[in-house]
Amino acid sequence: MLEIKNLQVSLEEEDKQILKGVDLSIGEGEVHAIMGPNGSGKSTTSYVLSGKDGYEVTDGSAKLNGNDLLDMEPEERAAAGLFLAFQYPVEIPGVGNMTFLRTAVNSQRKARGEDELSAGEFLKVVREKAKALKIDADMLKRPVNVGFSGGEKKRNEILQMAMLEPKMCVLDETDSGLDVDAMKLVAEGVNALRDGKRSFLVITHYQRLLDHIKPDVVHIMANGRIIKSGGPELALEVENNGYADLLEETA
Amino acid sequence: MPATALTELDREITLPAAGVWGTKSRKDALARLTAMGLPNHRDEYWKYTRPETLTSATPTPAAIFDGNDEAPMFDAIDCLQITFIDGVFDADASDDLEMAGVSIERLATAMENDIHWAKDLYGTLETNGQNPVQRPLAALNSATATDGVVIHATGQAAKPVLIRYLHQNETSDAVLHHVIKLDDGAALTVLETGPAAARLNKVMEVDQGNEARFNHVCTQGRDHARRAVTHIFARLATESRFKSFTLTANGVLTRNECIIEITGDDAFAHVAGAALGDGDFHHDDTVFITHDAVNCESRQVFKKVLRNGATGVFQGKILVQPDAQKTDGYQISQALLLDDDSQFLAKPELEIYADDVACSHGSTTGAIDETALFYLRSRGVEKDEAQDLLVLSFLAEAIGEIEDEVLADEIQSRLESWLKRHSS
Repeated sequence: MLEIKNLQVSLEEEDKQILKGVDLSIGEGEVHAIMGPNGSGKSTTSYVLSGKDGYEVTDGSAKLNGNDLLDMEPEERAAAGLFLAFQYPVEIPGVGNMTFLRTAVNSQRKARGEDELSAGEFLKVVREKAKALKIDADMLKRPVNVGFSGGEKKRNEILQMAMLEPKMCVLDETDSGLDVDAMKLVAEGVNALRDGKRSFLVITHYQRLLDHIKPDVVHIMANGRIIKSGGPELALEVENNGYADLLEETA
Repeated sequence: MPATALTELDREITLPAAGVWGTKSRKDALARLTAMGLPNHRDEYWKYTRPETLTSATPTPAAIFDGNDEAPMFDAIDCLQITFIDGVFDADASDDLEMAGVSIERLATAMENDIHWAKDLYGTLETNGQNPVQRPLAALNSATATDGVVIHATGQAAKPVLIRYLHQNETSDAVLHHVIKLDDGAALTVLETGPAAARLNKVMEVDQGNEARFNHVCTQGRDHARRAVTHIFARLATESRFKSFTLTANGVLTRNECIIEITGDDAFAHVAGAALGDGDFHHDDTVFITHDAVNCESRQVFKKVLRNGATGVFQGKILVQPDAQKTDGYQISQALLLDDDSQFLAKPELEIYADDVACSHGSTTGAIDETALFYLRSRGVEKDEAQDLLVLSFLAEAIGEIEDEVLADEIQSRLESWLKRHSS
């Protein structure tokens, strides 16, 4: 599904290398987690994959089902099946959540050469999916993320994910700012999308999200590299001992 | 090039024929104009907008825009329609001027009537509005207006009055003057649409009685080469409500002035505008709201989207007189610059002499929010469409000032289709 090889990335503005050769291979239907201390390059990885401006790829590659992601515009990556759930979802006043969702769904369908969904069809699907995430009609009508609580914003991200039906989902610190109940609700939403084919990359600081979204593989990232990979037990090790031991081990 | 002297006119002004009071009103207006002179770029209020093409003896020709790619604005709304073609009333293209709750006449007809109600209003609110800031082009209008309507609302108007301004002659020079009087408790919606002429000078005087409600939505057409200077002078009595929204797209030069005097307690005045400018577009909103009564509210909400070297100007003032306690004044002017060539010049002013008031103002100039643009694109929305959504998002607060949902939807859907066409 996702093949990242020797990815090296610098900030465009200042000559600072953030990723120093990341290798990552995620198979179909797999859930991988990346954990790591602040500033290790976790979020940068998600931004570079989805095509945010401001980063310069100096070496390496990232392919989604064999297609070179780094060559595509952000919207092309989305149409190819990549989805990034933002750590800080953006507020867009004056644009209704529903209008936004419909524009996004139909843009992707158009890009893939599929027919656009009619208003009626769209409404039916969105209502059903919103209900599962406890997103009410009011939240669908309101401007995108404006006045939403932290939990509502994250649920809204998962609703977008559910509507867009991506192949590869990247969740950037989706648990940040969420209480336990809100985190469970979001995790349930994510788990409902696990169908054996769709793959996930879950970026998080803490092990607790991984209690709810069970990963197949856990990677530890530090200083722009993946320094250790293992099973779910690796996340528990971090939870108990912190990152210091691991960092020393690989230093 | 010699500059125009401030104190004298550089050209002869011919007054159109009118009845007894019309002739007197015109002469008075010409005297006002002669005393202040035509504006030039050294005037404080004309620093950002060059008035030469608005004051010249003849207009710069303007190519006609073919707007047949969409239905006429407000077409689906049930209105009493009045049509002016190049500034001349067209009876064939207008409805009968009969409607419950209002009486409507052409200005020329009213001027023939020696005891007409409009006699005491024509040029009066314009005169009041000349102090403390002079507005010579409005005096020029009162002196030389060739057509217009006078509307007297005595109750709740049965439906909106729609004034459609068609532009069919490349060299037309329209000078229109409307006088609107709302009796106590009367309610009227006036819609205006169209470029009107190669050059338009329009004045609308609105006098509102107690509890009178006036609602105004104006769109200035899509002709690119036209020029326009418009003034609204409004006087608000106790508990009256004034709402005005203007949408401007294209137009090489537009100066929209709105001068409001709040003279009765518990009244409110909301003025808003949205402008979309591309290339050699110059759009100027100049607003002056005087609070002279207790517990009144005023709002000014102006948004401009500018690209390819377009210029936006905002000069907005709130003046709170010593006795106007409990005034609630709000003013925001914002520009979204889509490139580095465009510019926004803003001069927000507050002048407050009362001590128990809440007035706030803000002005911002910014580019498209890159984070929001990336967010939309990461969801699969193409860059152009994402930018259009953010433009609509930016304009939303101004569109939100339109109270009537049907009218707001009409404006919103026009904007959406214009943007879509533009980017494709």
